[in-house]
Amino acid sequence: MTVKSAVSSALLASAMATALASLASAAPLSKAEGEAAVAAKKEKCYGVALKGQNDCAAGPGTTCQGSSTVDFQGNAWKFVRGGTCASITLPNGKQGSLKPL
Amino acid sequence: MRSDIRIGPSAGNDGSYASAFAPGLNDPERQTPALVSGPGGKKAVKRYNVYRNNVTVGLIDALAAIYPATRRITGDEFFRAMARFHIRQTPPKSPLLFDYGRDFPDFIAGYAYAEAMPWLADTARIERAWLDAYHAADAEPLPPGAFASIPPESLADVSVALHPSTRVVRSRYAALTIFAANRSPEPVGAINAAEAEEGLITRPDLDVIVTRLPAGGAALIEALAAGLTLGVAMATVLASDPHFDIAAALAGIVEAGAVTALSPGDAR
Amino acid sequence: MTADLASGPAPAAHPLRFPEHGVSGLAGTSFKPEHLRSILSERGPRGFFEVHAENYMGAGGPPHRALEAIRRDNPLSLHGVCMSLGGPQPLDREHLAGFRSLVERYEPALVSEHLAWSTHEATFFNDLLPLPYTAESLAWVCDHIDQMQEAIGRTILLENPSTYLIFEESTMSETEFIRAIVARTGCGLLLDVSNVFVSATNHGTSALDYLADFPLAHVGEIHLAGHAEQSDDENALLLIDSHDGPVPDGVWRLYEIVLGRCGPRPTLIEWDSKIPDWPILKAEAMAAQRLLDRHAGQASLRHAV
Repeated sequence: MTVKSAVSSALLASAMATALASLASAAPLSKAEGEAAVAAKKEKCYGVALKGQNDCAAGPGTTCQGSSTVDFQGNAWKFVRGGTCASITLPNGKQGSLKPL
Repeated sequence: MRSDIRIGPSAGNDGSYASAFAPGLNDPERQTPALVSGPGGKKAVKRYNVYRNNVTVGLIDALAAIYPATRRITGDEFFRAMARFHIRQTPPKSPLLFDYGRDFPDFIAGYAYAEAMPWLADTARIERAWLDAYHAADAEPLPPGAFASIPPESLADVSVALHPSTRVVRSRYAALTIFAANRSPEPVGAINAAEAEEGLITRPDLDVIVTRLPAGGAALIEALAAGLTLGVAMATVLASDPHFDIAAALAGIVEAGAVTALSPGDAR
Repeated sequence: MTADLASGPAPAAHPLRFPEHGVSGLAGTSFKPEHLRSILSERGPRGFFEVHAENYMGAGGPPHRALEAIRRDNPLSLHGVCMSLGGPQPLDREHLAGFRSLVERYEPALVSEHLAWSTHEATFFNDLLPLPYTAESLAWVCDHIDQMQEAIGRTILLENPSTYLIFEESTMSETEFIRAIVARTGCGLLLDVSNVFVSATNHGTSALDYLADFPLAHVGEIHLAGHAEQSDDENALLLIDSHDGPVPDGVWRLYEIVLGRCGPRPTLIEWDSKIPDWPILKAEAMAAQRLLDRHAGQASLRHAV
């Protein structure tokens, strides 16, 4: 590493002061506010936290039971419009559609 | 009972029941192993299929539980079909299912039918990092005041210990926005996927927190994780991006509780 | 520092982190994290809770916080799902170490595993897979149980499986196999009454005959669960041990027969798929508790006379 830390000392100190001041003035956002801010991609929303979603995404658990749904044999790709992908777009007009190639 | 077919045509290399029984579990094309039957010598095709089904459905369900936003984006049927291909190609090696699916984002990136969703793999990477943070070791994050107590002139020489849950993500697409919208219980509005995003995943206490960072923020954290001092890490990022918003990145890191200890002076 | 222990019993080698909660005569339920809030907000006596060990082998986070909260006020049963005791290959040492640290950390009232396998070579199959009952398989199952009991420093309860097919090479019955395991390893048994019911139906055998041949004296815990109905290649009824609904009447009847023969034993309602709200699961456990209490009364009556 050839970069000298001394070069950036003053810059870093002022950035830290700005960062801590911005935290001190920012009231904690509720979950809904936080999500709205992230979704709107406001500039000031750096540092916004998404909290409180542990209940809905705690991940898988082990099983010691059999499955009553039979679903092992499918071998085909399924084209079904059901998800939210159509609302996610790229600027060249490409949509996240689930079209076969 | 009969013992003449102890090693059937589908018996495995070591001749054990396990090596005869196992290969068909992840491969529906294989015949029912010859060493099993129903009562009184009845056929056991559907009986063996119960085990195939338990393995397959259990693993698809596991991926669905790790990747709920990905599933919401694609819809359930698309997701389950994609997951089924993956589990056959990459079954788990560990009995800890919360550890499974680590290769799934890469699989999605190469999955032809998901090509129209180039942001999907990165969205899945955030979900995998989310669950890693969820199960990571506990540690007490430093409050913002701890940073304020460092004399400004010493700040550059400080090195940091990151919280064990800390993960970074970097996407050419708006993967954090897509993740957040699809993990929220609200309907998903229009999202422009084109803007690159970086973020930080932490779990300072019980809640996993996903934080957007300015461009360069992920590189800063990686530099800090490698043991570089704040000054050197910052200079490294600035060297490749002179417009790096240091204050915003630091605010994000501090607020996310990503730091558990500061070592002043020539720590490394 | 240790002055407060002076008048008490000699300190254990490892001081207990949690209060001792016995399971004798109690009914319990699988613990599901989504029920945590309801469980903690309840007053009055509760039953015991059972968790799958593997789900708590992460380093930290909400799972351990939830389990600590449960363990503080209730008896805990640690139920292993993936040790692969019934497989021909050696046990996974790392997994064994993870299991041991959970036992040390949570001091469970009960510890159990399955007569099944789930790992072969490097692949983990997410199911409890069946094995043939032969002298050869008996030898390594016993070795594995010895190894596990040694690693965790206590005996385990071994659970009888639900099965959908049989191995032509088997030379002994399942009950014969289990009796031999108990004799050789000294382990206890977890009698899954639903598995007895499911397997007997699937193999066209008698659940009562099975129970008559089962070493009931060694039973330290009982499992009850719901099952689903499918059919085999010849359209005969094939029951799936799906744990996704209430305990069916036939299983309750079999359970009462077991209680009549061996007296009350800690009894768990397993409900692992399509998990209902807490009150519904709790009501199933209460139904088991009533039967346990009735049989406890009968047992003490017999003693009194």
